[in-house]
Amino acid sequence: MRVTVTVNGTTETHDVETRMLLVHYLREIRGLTGTNIGCDTTSCGACTVLLDGESVKSCTLLAAQADGEEITTIEGMAAPDGTLHPIQEAFHRHHGLQCGFCTPGMVMAVASLLKEHPDPTEVEVREGLEGNLCRCTGYHNIVQAVLAAAHSGELVP
Amino acid sequence: MIPASFEYRRAGSVEDALGWLAEDPDSTKLLAGGHSLLPLMKLRLATPGVLVDVGRVPGLSYVRDAGDHVAIGALTRHRDLEISEVARAFVPLLAHVAGQVGDPQVRHRGTIGGSLAHGDPASDLPAAVLALDATMVADGPRGRREIAASDFFRGFLETALEPDEMLTEIRVRKAPSGWAFQKFNRRAQDWAIVGVAAVLDGDPRVALVNMGSTTVRARGTEEALAAGADAAEAADRASEGLEPSSDLHASAEYRRHLATVLVRRALVEAAAARG
Repeated sequence: MRVTVTVNGTTETHDVETRMLLVHYLREIRGLTGTNIGCDTTSCGACTVLLDGESVKSCTLLAAQADGEEITTIEGMAAPDGTLHPIQEAFHRHHGLQCGFCTPGMVMAVASLLKEHPDPTEVEVREGLEGNLCRCTGYHNIVQAVLAAAHSGELVP
Repeated sequence: MIPASFEYRRAGSVEDALGWLAEDPDSTKLLAGGHSLLPLMKLRLATPGVLVDVGRVPGLSYVRDAGDHVAIGALTRHRDLEISEVARAFVPLLAHVAGQVGDPQVRHRGTIGGSLAHGDPASDLPAAVLALDATMVADGPRGRREIAASDFFRGFLETALEPDEMLTEIRVRKAPSGWAFQKFNRRAQDWAIVGVAAVLDGDPRVALVNMGSTTVRARGTEEALAAGADAAEAADRASEGLEPSSDLHASAEYRRHLATVLVRRALVEAAAARG
């Protein structure tokens, strides 16, 4: 089937199999391999992207369901000149990553979380990231990074 | 993991969906948010020949004050139900439970209709609508019919919906106070090992998550409450007549123990909230 999807501001049309998952579409058709595949069972959150501004797990959507929609991936977060997004900057500054595999999904989940809770408590951050697993168990610094990003004053609500 | 091949059709209306369902009801499945069906399809536990995507059918996402009850469109996403002012005011149990389903990403996509039609005894929302004595509204080739929640959940992943019918609305009686929801799981986003939805507003109703092959009411507890038992006495009868399964998460015996503990907590919490 033919799908037209806007990814990080660029709209393209492709013929894909009806059963193609959004994550495979992003990685293989669009060449955006920043979105990782972890558990492939809607659990780990490594494949999290934004669909119309809301976090979703791209291993559990068909590319067909994204037809006509706007997707943001980790590649769409930094400015064109390479300046990190405030969330990325906070992860960098607060060492919110160890091996880094969960990080793209974490950053996208945080973008959605901070839109819904611009001034979150620590509990809201922890609960808001319940859909993202860090196998390095580096949650402490991830939470610190999210709180710092929220309070940086640099996020556009 | 990639689903088996299927033909994909996007419905623009309920009529579209019902028409395509009628062509071959047994090998056609409706796709709403896809968060119950797609995981099954990826595991090849479901291999529909035709997938009818109803996710964009307009007019089926709402939470409406309908006088003595609240009407919820089947395509209402968990997140929208969680933050709905109407749901929070009149059926806070349902708003709360919607906010407990899966994780934020799942709640952004999953729908109440999809979750209920899936009929998974480990899901939270079926227990909530059972405790709230909800009515399911289904449309099909023979017209519209209403199904009581107590008749809706028939077995493991089996509901009273016919293969050519579509769940379109859920009607829930108002229960602004005297409710509680308890669930126990090992990791934040997991399904409940056991869960309890209790409503003490009116006739006491207690529904259990994952205490059998389908969502069930704790009839023993309800009878005890009606006879004037206190929370601990009523909770002791939580698993009466039920046959919870043993699996890698818990033994049947442990589930019975959890049901007693969680029902007691839920009854105490609900009674305190009733004031």
